[in-house]
Amino acid sequence: MTQAAQYQEKANLLAHGSEPENNWRQYFGFSTDHKVIGIQYLVTTFIFYLVGGVLATLVRTELATPESDFVSREVYNSLFTVHATVMIFLWIVPAATGGFGNYLVPLMIGARDMAFPRLNAIAFWIIPPAGILLMSSFLVGAPGSGWTSYPPLSLISGKAGEMIWILSVLMLGTSSILAAVNFIVTIVKMRIPGMGFNQMPLFCWAMLATSFLALVATPVLAGALILLSFDLIVGTNFFNPTGGGDPVVYQHMFWFYSHPAVYIMILPVFGMISEIVSVHSRKPIFGYKAIAYSSIAICGLGLIVWAHHMFTSGTPPWLRMFFMITSMIIAVPTGIKVFSWLATIWGGKLRLESPLLFAMGFISLFVIGGISGVMVASVPWDIHVHDTYFIVAHLHYVLFGGSVFGLYAAFYHWFPKITGKMLNDTWGKLHFALSYVGFNLAFMPMHKLGIEGMNRRIAEYDPKFAALNLLCTIGAYLLAVSTLPFLVNVCWSWAYGKPASDNPWGALTLEWMTTSPPPVENFEADPVLATGPYDYGMGSRATQVNVPFSDPHSPGLSAGPSSTLRAKADPVVAAMPSDRQGESNNR
Amino acid sequence: MNIPSQIVTLLAGIILTLVSLWYGQNHHLLPIAASEVAPLVDSLFDTMMVIGTGIFLLVNGILIYSVIKFRRDPNDDTDGPPVHGNIPLEIVWTAIPAVIVLGLSIYSFDVYQAEGGQDPMDHSVAHHGKNHTQMAKMSGAAVAAPLIADSQGVDATPLMSEDLPPKQEAPALGTVSPKVGDSTKPTEFVVNAAGMQYAWLFTYPDTEVVAGELHVPINRNVLINISANDVIHAFWVPEFRLKQDAVPGRQTEVRFVANRLGEYPLICAELCGAYHGAMKTKIVVESQADFDTWLQTQIASAEVGLDRAIATTPATLTEVEYLAPYAKEIGVTAGVLQQLQPAAAKSVHAPSIS
Repeated sequence: MTQAAQYQEKANLLAHGSEPENNWRQYFGFSTDHKVIGIQYLVTTFIFYLVGGVLATLVRTELATPESDFVSREVYNSLFTVHATVMIFLWIVPAATGGFGNYLVPLMIGARDMAFPRLNAIAFWIIPPAGILLMSSFLVGAPGSGWTSYPPLSLISGKAGEMIWILSVLMLGTSSILAAVNFIVTIVKMRIPGMGFNQMPLFCWAMLATSFLALVATPVLAGALILLSFDLIVGTNFFNPTGGGDPVVYQHMFWFYSHPAVYIMILPVFGMISEIVSVHSRKPIFGYKAIAYSSIAICGLGLIVWAHHMFTSGTPPWLRMFFMITSMIIAVPTGIKVFSWLATIWGGKLRLESPLLFAMGFISLFVIGGISGVMVASVPWDIHVHDTYFIVAHLHYVLFGGSVFGLYAAFYHWFPKITGKMLNDTWGKLHFALSYVGFNLAFMPMHKLGIEGMNRRIAEYDPKFAALNLLCTIGAYLLAVSTLPFLVNVCWSWAYGKPASDNPWGALTLEWMTTSPPPVENFEADPVLATGPYDYGMGSRATQVNVPFSDPHSPGLSAGPSSTLRAKADPVVAAMPSDRQGESNNR
Repeated sequence: MNIPSQIVTLLAGIILTLVSLWYGQNHHLLPIAASEVAPLVDSLFDTMMVIGTGIFLLVNGILIYSVIKFRRDPNDDTDGPPVHGNIPLEIVWTAIPAVIVLGLSIYSFDVYQAEGGQDPMDHSVAHHGKNHTQMAKMSGAAVAAPLIADSQGVDATPLMSEDLPPKQEAPALGTVSPKVGDSTKPTEFVVNAAGMQYAWLFTYPDTEVVAGELHVPINRNVLINISANDVIHAFWVPEFRLKQDAVPGRQTEVRFVANRLGEYPLICAELCGAYHGAMKTKIVVESQADFDTWLQTQIASAEVGLDRAIATTPATLTEVEYLAPYAKEIGVTAGVLQQLQPAAAKSVHAPSIS
């Protein structure tokens, strides 16, 4: 146990609760406990992830050969449409924000629950019916106009399926908005005393930025979808050119949400990676403020880049240039994060177990998605590769190599806290190896396919692309198989795994300062910050402090940052790095 | 042997730069370049590949090096060094990417300019005098005119310029008729292209020839006026590096100079329905003489084809019969052209869903 972790744990001995009674029924009911809701989100979304994965496997099976010979063309279009919708709206967004966000944010800021527990439960319980509704569309002819659902195509292909799609996405969007309000209020109002914004774990910063994006952008999608549904069922002409409507307006409204949605999917994962990299490298996060504020910068810039999805559509030239420049600039705050993680890893003492492996896998794959992202931001290049497999490759490097690898890292990292059991690391490494190889095999060749002229969303393709497509399909199968070790590991470990200690990784953030799993109200007493969230290696201080770090009878007299003993923070134990002047002299 | 770390870093940097420079030029990812703008786009991509390869090698090199070098000793429970930041280093890795993306923006802008994309005066009436009069003639709901013009199922009639939806030009910067290609050069050759589920129809306005594949003479400044009859399609020739959506209700345009003889795929790149994958034809770049010969055959067979079109009842053809030739990727000939008529009949119900 390292000294920093000892300080933090000693200071928080009182906060430790007793382990909760395990009542499995609560996981199927309307619980208002953020931890139960978090687990409900994680399990539900993972089931939908498996459904989306099956759809993806079917898509790749069809594409194993150049002819359309596995499913009908209509069904093929439905497969990729529902695949994308499930993966975005029922897996990555709710798993990252609803799942890990719900479970971790109150624990990390020392709160006992979210600000609005019932709203939280409602936000979750919208998801299963919306998901089942979407799946049921296969009974009436599933939507087949892509997850973008561009009119006029979406208005003339299968009305029932399209309407179900709209309703389902509207419900999921509502859930997302409710969750976003809850996170903002919780993070702003419910931090323990002594935790300023700059002492928050970086995951909370990421969730704050994400929630703001969801709150601003999602209503615009809702508006677009409601207008689209009027066009569909009432016969209005908002987007229907026959009646003087404009399909390009829909594209603007759609992407005004759906580009920020990419950041809604990746920002929480950035936050998780910041936590994991620091804990498992045993080093303070490099450039806390740069990482925290770059989340905010991405959030702001993310709102003004949407038309880069429309460079070949109805955008005038000056608009193309504006959106090209803003899209490229987003690479700067993203680059800051990547380099900061690398600097955190550099020179650390790496605990190369599954969480860090997936986190490093995330960095190595996400950077490819980032590079191809800058390429497609460039208008002349995007005019060539727009709507091709280059884009398919790019988005999967960002959303699978990025978000999903990050989510897996988070599963391995926080599973001990959530269940009180350790995951098996050997199975974890097998999972990592299979996913990493399968993923690259499936998606790397798509870059070349797209550049050479294979457009996306097609059931049949030029036979000259057959070899690479077969390779992609083999990779996709490998990727599908790679889920099995994870499933086996989770099920087995949850039931029979080695019990986890309260702080198995020696971390400093507050979720590790209570029992695993935490009691109903998280902490028996308010936790305190004896060290900052990432003060690894800062435990060895020459100057001794005369007051005890915690005092069981009067915590106010202890040396924590909320201490009443001093007007000014002690430079040695101050929680805020800016108050720690002269710290190097003490060492 | 003990080499100072600065030397090692320097050597690694030089090797990384050389590998990036080499791979950026030798990636063999791009298809043949067959238009005047294609080499410009290609060198832009090569530049981005150089930078991208460098960043990729840097990041993954650091990761791999860390995995080997900074593994934790299983018995070592202490923390790493408490380094929590380095402002000059952070400024460097903020500034360098900022300079790179601004440079790429400027370079991309330059290529786009050379493609003829950004021409602030282009929306002026002088450039589109003809279309200006159209706008006066067709206002409001008349936008839909070309969509319903085919209601008699005679889609094989030439798509003349008057039938195209107007270019929707706003008086200021907000021009919304998208275009790609250099419009500063005088247009030497015009083709009207109509996208429909699931075929392209090309009309040569001078001769009223209608064809299912696009023939253009080499080294001429070609303008394609694009319209869509039902849903959004996209006109894409990978070898030209040009793509433009065909949006129902508005006219879009692509301009190019093809400078390499040959046949290239012409692909619909925007999801347009079940048979989207089959919606492709070819563009034939040929010498002026060959082109003239082809045009004459088309004029001749169009007359024959028109007779046959009247004699048969195309409405009885099923969609599959209609599409069979496309699925097999046979070039569309005048004889096949008549089979497009049921598609036209089909496309008519698309706009009428309201």
